[in-house]
Amino acid sequence: MSPEQLAEAVRGRFPDVMVARGEVVVVVDRDELLGALAWLRDEPGVELGFLSSLTATDWPGTEPRFWVAYELRSMTQRHRLRVKVGAAGDDPRVPSVTPLFPTANWHERETFDFYGVTFDGHPDLTRMLMPEDWEGHPLRKDEPLGGVPTWFKGARVPPVDERGMA
Amino acid sequence: MPVERIEGHHLGQMGKTPEEIEEEVERGVLLTSLDRAVGWARKQSMWPATFGLACCAIEMMSTGAGQYDLSRWGMELFRASPRQSDLMIVAGRVSQKMAPVLRRIYDQMPEPKWVISMGVCASAGGMFTNYAIVQGVDTIVPVDVYVPGCPPKPEMLMHGILTLQHKVRTSETFR
Amino acid sequence: MIPEPGIEVRDAVTGELREETMIINMGPQHPATHGVLRLLLELDGETIVTCKPIIGYLHTGIEKNTEYRTWMQGVTFVTRADYLSPFFNELGYCLAVERLLGIEAPPRAQLIRVLVCELNRIQSHLVYVATAGMELGAVSLMLYGFREREVVLDIFEAITGLRMNHAYIRIGGVVMDLPEGGERKIRDLLDVLPGRIDEYETLLNDNPIWRERNEGVGRLSAEDCLAYGVTGPILRSAGVAADLRKDMPYCGYETFDFDVPTRTAADSYARYQVRLAEMRESMKIVRQAIERLADTPGDYMVEDPKVRWPARLSVGPDGIGNDPEYLSHIMEESMEALIHHFKMVTQGVEVPAGEVYQAVEGPRGELGFYVVSDGGHRPYRVKIRDPSFVNLQAFPKMVEGGLIADVIATNAGLDPVMGGVDR
Repeated sequence: MSPEQLAEAVRGRFPDVMVARGEVVVVVDRDELLGALAWLRDEPGVELGFLSSLTATDWPGTEPRFWVAYELRSMTQRHRLRVKVGAAGDDPRVPSVTPLFPTANWHERETFDFYGVTFDGHPDLTRMLMPEDWEGHPLRKDEPLGGVPTWFKGARVPPVDERGMA
Repeated sequence: MPVERIEGHHLGQMGKTPEEIEEEVERGVLLTSLDRAVGWARKQSMWPATFGLACCAIEMMSTGAGQYDLSRWGMELFRASPRQSDLMIVAGRVSQKMAPVLRRIYDQMPEPKWVISMGVCASAGGMFTNYAIVQGVDTIVPVDVYVPGCPPKPEMLMHGILTLQHKVRTSETFR
Repeated sequence: MIPEPGIEVRDAVTGELREETMIINMGPQHPATHGVLRLLLELDGETIVTCKPIIGYLHTGIEKNTEYRTWMQGVTFVTRADYLSPFFNELGYCLAVERLLGIEAPPRAQLIRVLVCELNRIQSHLVYVATAGMELGAVSLMLYGFREREVVLDIFEAITGLRMNHAYIRIGGVVMDLPEGGERKIRDLLDVLPGRIDEYETLLNDNPIWRERNEGVGRLSAEDCLAYGVTGPILRSAGVAADLRKDMPYCGYETFDFDVPTRTAADSYARYQVRLAEMRESMKIVRQAIERLADTPGDYMVEDPKVRWPARLSVGPDGIGNDPEYLSHIMEESMEALIHHFKMVTQGVEVPAGEVYQAVEGPRGELGFYVVSDGGHRPYRVKIRDPSFVNLQAFPKMVEGGLIADVIATNAGLDPVMGGVDR
């Protein structure tokens, strides 16, 4: 289905579905997340049964601070849809979708590792890419990039975030 | 015994006049010949330990493959066990999680051992000046030869290996 | 240990029957784990009870790094994620940013993109053949696979200047047109390669050792594949003909004539067959692209001066470098051109706010890019959905219950690239 047709098909369940840049986006509350994903998977004609990717974006200073995005893909109908859930800044918790999509297991671990978003009901929410004893969540916007400053003879090159180019 | 002048590679003998070097050589003439013989034997059949990490590992494999053959210098045998190898080519970016493993493998290698740091990521952190990459493996292990490049062409790695072989050949054996 | 009749393992001191399992650590430094993968195996004799992959030994922070650089510099970071398919990384990222900008690369650039991507697929599958052979003991396959690969890398070096990690596909097109003699080299490759792939098939297809070690090993049914998010040759070896080039085409793939090979056995041998067949299909696409390039004149990068990479590169006596005509234009003739060049190189493109998910079919599966922009000169978030990361998640399911030697064969058939897994 084309994006507009897909948006029409789901508008009954999600009245404020958006179509932007050829993509269909739905925003849900975290309490209705599992129900929404199950409906999207089982609804005939929509059939979004494949979870491609799951990640979070950090918007510090806004509430909700973290936006978790679920990329759904339909193998049978050849279309995509994105579901977004907001998580608060001080205690970001989102229900885990591993009962519906076993592939979300590692994606959620990675999101927890990088952003600190806790997924309730996840079987094994531990750090995956960073060392186990790492403190902090590196991809948050208030965490520094890190690294050592570059030394040149007779010149000082500021670190990347202070170069003032953009 | 005349001193063989090799430009720029007098390890441990910087800043000495030729007369001083001659004197030293005459004093240790037997040791120097033994040094050279052992050095020649060591450099002829160095066995690298497999320490390919990222993109540089693929170029290292290419260097060992048919077109840029490493077995011309006796090195096609990449030993998996560090206990049986004497060269560690750190090929690729070393992350913070991998750093203790790197040190452990280095410690497991028997003396004499050498390290080539292949690629800019291993030499100095490369383009990844961030929290996740060790900014130069010489903070963890002593490096003998640095090979720059991202990734270095097989010819560049071969030049690095030949430089190391020259260094091995002309260095003192019993340190 | 499950006591077998006649075999009893008793504790030396107490004399009791020992029944515990053994935990073995494979990696991260291991000759056959395709990079820095650590597998924690719990063994009962030689049978694997549980397997836990531990990753993160190559984590590079690419995603965070892109947030501190301009959009165009993001290409050089992203290309090093999955280092055996650099063009696909660049393509996915550039397509995503072009969708945010609302532009499309010119037709000639799209043809060149398809051409180099399919050559990249061939090269990646050759590395699969080489490393799979070496890990299973057929060490001479390593030399054959890399011999073919050198020809492909020679073509890449002629086109882009580098053998790996090219940063050739940029936002708006590609950075340089094909060189003179590039087409000749590609045609020579297309003449030689089918015969070589026939050689591989002669060596391996009915080889009893290859079949014994690969058939029935690492089985993952189609339902499990879809549940675990596995795509690429592994999904196609289970019978599901899902290929993003056919399902959701990009970059003009719908105008090319090729098939999507599938098998039904869903084991390591089927994956080997699928990859060899895919190499042949890629050659078909490369042939068609070369034919069409001759009839598609035009620019290799989009015209819009606010997007177009300002420098013009050309091949001189000492290699690829800045075009002397362009240099004299900005240095001697036009101050505005110099200022424009300076601003474009230091600040780069300004991308309107929004988010996009663009997926391409890489050699290992669906390679997706979730790119978020807040309207500035730097990306706000770039998430790489790497196929190896997701495929590796299904690895325990494939090996549990099997023998420890099958771990190697399954890993070879899975063909993970740890740069993509850890990013």
